[in-house]
Amino acid sequence: MKRTLPRLSALIPYAWLLVFFALPFLLVLRLSLSDSALAIPPYTPRIDWGGGIDGVRAFIDALDFDTYKALVGDSLYFNAYISSLRFALEGTVLALLVGYPMAYGMARCKPGTRSLLLMAVILPFWTSFLIRVYAWVGILKPQGLLNAGLGLLGLPDADLLYTPAAVQIGLVYSYLPFMVLPLYAALEKQDHTLLEAAADLGSPPWKSFWQVTFPLSIPGVIAGCLLCFIPMVGEFVIPDLLGGPGSLMIGRSIWMEFFANRDWPFASAVAIVLLITLVVPIVLYQRQQVKALEAGR
Amino acid sequence: MRRGPSPFNLVSMTVGFAFLYLPILLLVIWSFNASKLVTVWGGFSTKWYGTLFQNDQLMAAAWVTIRVGLISATLATVLGTLAAVALTRHGAFRGRTLFSGMSYAPLVMPEVIMGLSLLLLFVALGIDRGILTVTLAHTTLTMAYVTVVVQSRLATFDRSLEEAAQDLGATPTRAFWQVTLPNILPAVLAGWMLAFTLSLDDLVIASFTSGPGSTTLPMRIYSQVRLGVSPEINAVCTLLIGAVTIGVICWSIGMKWRERTATPA
Repeated sequence: MKRTLPRLSALIPYAWLLVFFALPFLLVLRLSLSDSALAIPPYTPRIDWGGGIDGVRAFIDALDFDTYKALVGDSLYFNAYISSLRFALEGTVLALLVGYPMAYGMARCKPGTRSLLLMAVILPFWTSFLIRVYAWVGILKPQGLLNAGLGLLGLPDADLLYTPAAVQIGLVYSYLPFMVLPLYAALEKQDHTLLEAAADLGSPPWKSFWQVTFPLSIPGVIAGCLLCFIPMVGEFVIPDLLGGPGSLMIGRSIWMEFFANRDWPFASAVAIVLLITLVVPIVLYQRQQVKALEAGR
Repeated sequence: MRRGPSPFNLVSMTVGFAFLYLPILLLVIWSFNASKLVTVWGGFSTKWYGTLFQNDQLMAAAWVTIRVGLISATLATVLGTLAAVALTRHGAFRGRTLFSGMSYAPLVMPEVIMGLSLLLLFVALGIDRGILTVTLAHTTLTMAYVTVVVQSRLATFDRSLEEAAQDLGATPTRAFWQVTLPNILPAVLAGWMLAFTLSLDDLVIASFTSGPGSTTLPMRIYSQVRLGVSPEINAVCTLLIGAVTIGVICWSIGMKWRERTATPA
């Protein structure tokens, strides 16, 4: 009793994750090696359990890399893949440029103000992602608020909706809290006596920043960048609502293949390629997460 | 870092927070616009809220979403808390790396991939897509968030309290219920709230795993948004934002009150 119960309590979430998280990936991998077919579900081959070991062998023989060959040969997917990486990279850098001064300013406020500002960064995260992206449609559309504002200032209209610029704005806007929070956490716990010491030794503030504050905040920078970059690459809602046909992103391609073309094997192959791309950043992120969470153990 | 923000810091914070809040604020204002046009202010009106409650499709979707959210958040809280306890308490065990990997991966996994993979699982298992499948999918997505929130609380929890209870003759299970759980309860509740809002919010995974009759509110909003901005959707969004804001404010007041009444050790 003393040992089995804790074991059992670990076993339940473990089993759940194996069935609902790990197993499905194997299914995606398997399906990406299948062919699409006009059937329900729309792919072939399917395992013939009645045929025993021969049925399974026939199933394995029928798997091939055709979808991947088609994928490599299709410049549309290659472009979507490259542009997803570019969007995510630019979005991450922009979020860092906007988020760092914010987090830095927050860390320098009084403790009471700090917790209020922290709350203000977290609050948008609790409100619907879809709604926040949708709010930008009303701002960026041709008769929207941005152009009304520009018109008041006597400036020419900017037609941003359904352009790559709109997607970029949406990405930075949506993921900014993910950048600010780890940066703030890293900056807030810094010892201010280090800066005083640097000043005593004759260092001007900007030099102290680059030689003391910034290097110490690097773990926060890395965490923030990973938290932004990884989901941005696979983003679907933002390019779909704010981007035009020119703003291809890989998450949107998977969605289109699946819902519009009903080509499940192809969608799976695209998903596997996306996953392989993200394995390195995801593992980096996890190691960092484990280090942070288990530090107090 | 105690010198107070410089003018540059103040400007960047103002710009940053304006960037975060302006779109939401504008959305709320437009929902009270009598005119159907976004740029024309036709006077204050609550008529879009009236039409909203007569929209049966929207109401049905809202009901599905709430049911899925309540059940999946509760399941995710139980599973996520168990996972967090296992990860903090059970040192090294076989398959630990895989377990911790699976526990955190859903936090960053692109939703499109999770949606697709879960759908394939349900097809392979022969489960008809509907409210059940959306609930199972949301549980899997949100338990990772619960795990992280609870684990960060467990990491700071003084384990000797639990050991003391066991020395006094409590079984590990009883020590958990009577000592550990009351201590980590705020984190467990925060995890539940986070799981619930994430479930209310999810479009992508729900789209993959739902079937006829289990259209969720975000799916309904999405299909209307694709047709353009509509004041009725602005009104739904405002109600959702209002509900979440009130929830978060109540939560923080509750936490403050708890801190104040807690007896200092």
